[in-house]
Amino acid sequence: MTDEALVELKQLTVSFDDRTVVDHVDLRVRRGDIITIIGPNGAGKTTLIKAVLGIQPVSGGSLTMAPGLTIGYVPQHLTLETTLPISVRRFMLLSGRPQQECLTALAQTGVEHLFNASVHHLSGGEKQRLLLARALARRPDLLVLDEPAQGVDINGQAALYDLIRSLRDELNCGVIMISHDLHLVMAATDKVICLNQHVCCSGYPEDISHDPAFIETFGQPVAESLAVYHHRHNHSHDLHGDVVSDDHNDGQAECSHASH
Amino acid sequence: MPLIDAVLGDFFWRALIGGLGVALVAGPLGCFVVWRRMAYFGDTLAHSALLGIALSFLISVPINLGVIITCVVLAIALVLFSRSKTLATDTLLGILAHSALAIGLVTLSFMPDIRVDLTGLLFGDLLAMSRQDLLWIYGGAILILGLLTVLWRGLLMSTIHEELARVEGIPVERLRLALMLMFSIVIAVAMKIVGVLLITALLIIPAATARRLAHNPEHMVGLAIVFGFIAVAGGLSLSWHLDTPAGPSVVVTAFSAFLLVYGLARQVRT
Repeated sequence: MTDEALVELKQLTVSFDDRTVVDHVDLRVRRGDIITIIGPNGAGKTTLIKAVLGIQPVSGGSLTMAPGLTIGYVPQHLTLETTLPISVRRFMLLSGRPQQECLTALAQTGVEHLFNASVHHLSGGEKQRLLLARALARRPDLLVLDEPAQGVDINGQAALYDLIRSLRDELNCGVIMISHDLHLVMAATDKVICLNQHVCCSGYPEDISHDPAFIETFGQPVAESLAVYHHRHNHSHDLHGDVVSDDHNDGQAECSHASH
Repeated sequence: MPLIDAVLGDFFWRALIGGLGVALVAGPLGCFVVWRRMAYFGDTLAHSALLGIALSFLISVPINLGVIITCVVLAIALVLFSRSKTLATDTLLGILAHSALAIGLVTLSFMPDIRVDLTGLLFGDLLAMSRQDLLWIYGGAILILGLLTVLWRGLLMSTIHEELARVEGIPVERLRLALMLMFSIVIAVAMKIVGVLLITALLIIPAATARRLAHNPEHMVGLAIVFGFIAVAGGLSLSWHLDTPAGPSVVVTAFSAFLLVYGLARQVRT
């Protein structure tokens, strides 16, 4: 059951005119997965998730959804026209769910106290949490997030990724997200897909920062900083124990730094 | 029904009843014009109404029907054109708005046998409202209000966030088409009240005035209808007492209410 794919892409291709934006991408998302798509600007990340959402026509390959799949979508921004007055309550009720479920979803993302506030008065972080609650109210099997932490300060970002992980556990849903916050992604995700039209590399965060294709795409300094980051990350977990742990990242990072 | 007959027999009352019927649908549709930034689009459709009138004479169909069909065709053409993205939308709208108006005027000039009251068409002829006009207005109003009620959640959702609406399975494109149809109907019936050049004003000024006081979409729609009523009643009285042209008087009243509300509500922020 858990092994069953919620969404499966096989050799999925999207082209605009003669330009191929998503090139033969394979992707499989199961319940409980958190898959993060990273990649430079123009790599086709947004196009790829729009194809998954069913709002971007596909030029080739196949896209299979589990039957009866409910998708919760968290768009990059909620840019409301200032001319459209709307409260959090009304925005949530537009999902078509009863008020009690809307309140529960808002509580899950920690913004239930804003129920009667105007959406226009929310901060960037609160708006992201509102959009997340909106997606949750639909009780999604698959949660799709497009740069959920944009416009959120650095502490808020970490909290937001933590929240996404705990929601995954709570709902037992699959998660696909796009992110630019490489450091946070590397800490918070299960599997990373590095996209540059095609999948240039994919795998677990610890492995991917050493992948030559990753280093080529993001450059040596970024890859190095991630390696350093992982080193620190391990430290913080090992604080009670030996501080100078035997970590192969450590040596490599320092070594490359020295030669830099 | 002697009372109804007496009321409908009086041209002032006919004008008032007709004007209120138009304000009833201009309120909600005006809100969508404001929310979706379609003011210029509405202008273009309204300008094409004159072409619709000319074509109605050419193929002898009722004027209202000719206007509705012309507006719908133009609306669809606009949507298709703007997708190709060869021209900026405002350039495209500017070209079509004025071309449609000009073609309409040129076509009408080729039909010397047909006497049309051009000023009435351009600026409204509220006081010449006939019983048949009232039938068109209230028929259109019932249709539009019915459609709006049924489609409300989808329309609002696709206005707030089109992609989110699409993902949630809302038929965004079909709703856009339904909205175009409703605009076309309201233009065909509102033409009589304010004329093709001022229809957009009747749509957006009451809605913009309502925005200042509203804190929810439905609240804004309700207030827009009220401000529309005020504009029609006030404009009609102005026209009656001072013998000013009806359409412009309605717009002047709407604008006065707008200034008043924004002036008084300066401190209140919603």
